[in-house]
Amino acid sequence: MRVKEKEKMATKKLIGMTGDQAAAHAMRQIAPDVVAAYPITPQTEIVMSFSQFVADGKVATELIPVESEHSAMSACIGSAAAGARTMTATSANGLALMWEVVYIAASTRLPIVMSVVNRALSAPINIHCDHSDTMGARDSGWIQIYSENAQEVYENIISAVKIAEHKDIRLPVMVCQDGFITSHAVEGIELSDDKTIKDFIGEYKIDHSLLDIDNPVTYGPLDLQDFYFEHKYQQSFAMKNALSVIPKVLQEFNKTFGKNHDLIEEYKLKDADIGIVALSSTAGTARAVIDDLRKKGIKAGLLKPVFFRPFPAERILKAISHLKVVGVMDRAESFSTMGGPLFSEIRSAMYDSKQKPPIVNYIYGLGGRDIFPEDIEKVYEELESIKRAGKIKTLISYLGVRE
Amino acid sequence: MKKKGWKEIAIGGLIDKGGTAKEYNTGSWRTFKPVVDKTKCINCLQCWIYCPDSSIKVKDGKMEGFDYDHCKGCGICAAICPVKCIKMEKG
Ligand code: SF4
Ligand code: SF4
Repeated sequence: MRVKEKEKMATKKLIGMTGDQAAAHAMRQIAPDVVAAYPITPQTEIVMSFSQFVADGKVATELIPVESEHSAMSACIGSAAAGARTMTATSANGLALMWEVVYIAASTRLPIVMSVVNRALSAPINIHCDHSDTMGARDSGWIQIYSENAQEVYENIISAVKIAEHKDIRLPVMVCQDGFITSHAVEGIELSDDKTIKDFIGEYKIDHSLLDIDNPVTYGPLDLQDFYFEHKYQQSFAMKNALSVIPKVLQEFNKTFGKNHDLIEEYKLKDADIGIVALSSTAGTARAVIDDLRKKGIKAGLLKPVFFRPFPAERILKAISHLKVVGVMDRAESFSTMGGPLFSEIRSAMYDSKQKPPIVNYIYGLGGRDIFPEDIEKVYEELESIKRAGKIKTLISYLGVRE
Repeated sequence: MKKKGWKEIAIGGLIDKGGTAKEYNTGSWRTFKPVVDKTKCINCLQCWIYCPDSSIKVKDGKMEGFDYDHCKGCGICAAICPVKCIKMEKG
């Protein structure tokens, strides 16, 4: 760490908390009108801490303790349509149980913000981190933000409110963090003050409230062959639009909070020969590995897509096209036999690119299998050997799976 | 009538005012249409009560016929009529 950074750290007021607690604090400061949620490991602490804030009178949110995740999202839909700023949180099988209504929230264009603490889907039963839950929901029409650490969880939730509610977007947002790795590890978090957050997010205003009896409206009506398609196109257009609107919202966020958020994040990538692409906490581990490799003269770099939906294809291509070899890390299996979701999308985006470096996929860390610096080092070693040999031996590898 | 394009309609399928069902011609769904024999009709208005689409026309307390723009041809009126003076015909 440079001296300057050390000094900066010393003046920061850091509070020790987990990723889940960071999410709950963001919710407390956002003070949504309604939270309808059901606890599930490893998200439980978000609902638990937030309930405590409500019980202690620290936030005036109407908390609806529902009987299932399906009900949680259903209540959120009603509440958001009524004109209330609405938030919730879930994980894994909870998200799976929500499935039907997750789509309805997006297609009804309700700007709900939901924390998702990434966890493996059953079966076999597993409560630990992978991205199979939110990757399964990648085509549900929600915006997806992946957070590397607790500080990012906190900040992403705040910017998510503004992104979701933006008049040119109007889509719900999932703010993801890695189960246990981020959700249960205590880190030093810097909280912003309530007023700055309130001023930044502003008031949630809706043009048509379900409760406005003088101007009655219908949300979620029957929509057949004659108009359904147009509504789907609107949704698609909004998602595409979000690619240019989100950076503007993030710029405003950065200006207000002194941060540096973007659709993607690079680490030592500009002059790199080999690079990996990874979401969430794995990006943090990769940084440490890169620093070591750089000392040995290996030009390694990292690309962390922060947003997976909308998919920032152009930005990603721009960032990685110059590399000699790319390794994409997927903490989810898609069973397409074409690799994980991140890999398929990046590889597909490359089809139109003039520069097409060899690209390989690593499925890793399923069911919370640890990903150590040595594992990532091994990936870089393989990328180096592909670079030397000039050809790919294995397109899709399952990192560390025993024979 | 030219149908509205994606830029002209409210997002998310929202219907931004009440009473718009009237503009939707559910009569096009019909296979059988109800036809009344007014010489037998006793104007009990049972059909008016039961019609799920408010498609029985009534004037001065008397059954007058059907609103074919909205009648879906379900046949409930014919089934409920106590004197069986409504027949369901093809077309
Ligand atoms: S057929 Fe059905 S919809 Fe038509 S008038 Fe009779 S009851 Fe109403
Ligand atoms: S139910 Fe039959 S008899 Fe009664 S008003 Fe209708 S058509 Fe006439």
